[in-house]
Amino acid sequence: MRIDCKHVWQYISAYIEGEVDADLRAEIDKHLETCEICSAVLDSTRNVVVLYADERVFELPAGFSERLHERLDEEMEASGP
Amino acid sequence: MKNQPNADFESDCIRRILAGERQLFHELIRPCERPIFFLLMSILRNEAEAEDAAQETVIKVYRNLHLFRGESQFRTWALSIARNEGLGRLRKADSRREDSLEALSEGQGGDFTPAILTSWREVPTEALEQKELGALLRQAIDGLPEIYRNVVLLRDIEEMDVRETAAALGIAEGAVKVRLHRARALLQRALAPRLKAFAPKRGKLFGWGKGRKGGAGKDESR
Repeated sequence: MRIDCKHVWQYISAYIEGEVDADLRAEIDKHLETCEICSAVLDSTRNVVVLYADERVFELPAGFSERLHERLDEEMEASGP
Repeated sequence: MKNQPNADFESDCIRRILAGERQLFHELIRPCERPIFFLLMSILRNEAEAEDAAQETVIKVYRNLHLFRGESQFRTWALSIARNEGLGRLRKADSRREDSLEALSEGQGGDFTPAILTSWREVPTEALEQKELGALLRQAIDGLPEIYRNVVLLRDIEEMDVRETAAALGIAEGAVKVRLHRARALLQRALAPRLKAFAPKRGKLFGWGKGRKGGAGKDESR
């Protein structure tokens, strides 16, 4: 079974997650060995995910946690022992 | 590392809270704060509203703790309460729902072809010290249709598994996978061309001919 670039792109996410079956993975690996474009697409996709998933990118607003727990305390007091 | 909940700790905690140790709820809810806020931010698109909705959500979770059956993880349950809170506020505000527009794009063939490159130079996470990079990434995720943005948020950013993400968002597991794939394709396409500016330049010492991926050169980024 020969796999072309469009196929590889369809499976990129699943491939990254390790969710493609062994046969398909072998085909993709083989394709990647000789295809610069798909290798670059794979590497760039992985890199993009690693970057945006870094916890520095999405941070809670300053004081969010404190305000939340204060509100909780108020609620706990109001609802009584 | 994202704060991941511990299932044993959770069920024990819940039992004790319901038995009277209410203060423990502060600890129980902590790992849920980030995903609750960011999911609401994704739905409501406004920081102040999202914070208000997050507080309401947590109060509701607290008041209804006795109703939690343990059929899902606690965080999943808390997130579905958050989602309902967010959607409820949208309905009340009677604002134009993104959902209806984006539901259309689900079925239609959108263009999810990647940005075509012939090589890729790794951008290290150290580059995130540059504020512009974080801003660029946030902007790209913000620009996604909501249904894709929610999945990226829970799967990639909050590191939740497929099952939990599906339950929290009220969608099928298959839909989670398809949407994540499409979201990543859109993000790669939007970001890959612009990330080049943040990759370390190949140092003169190591840059002969075709360098290895990742580059061994000196990092000259700002």
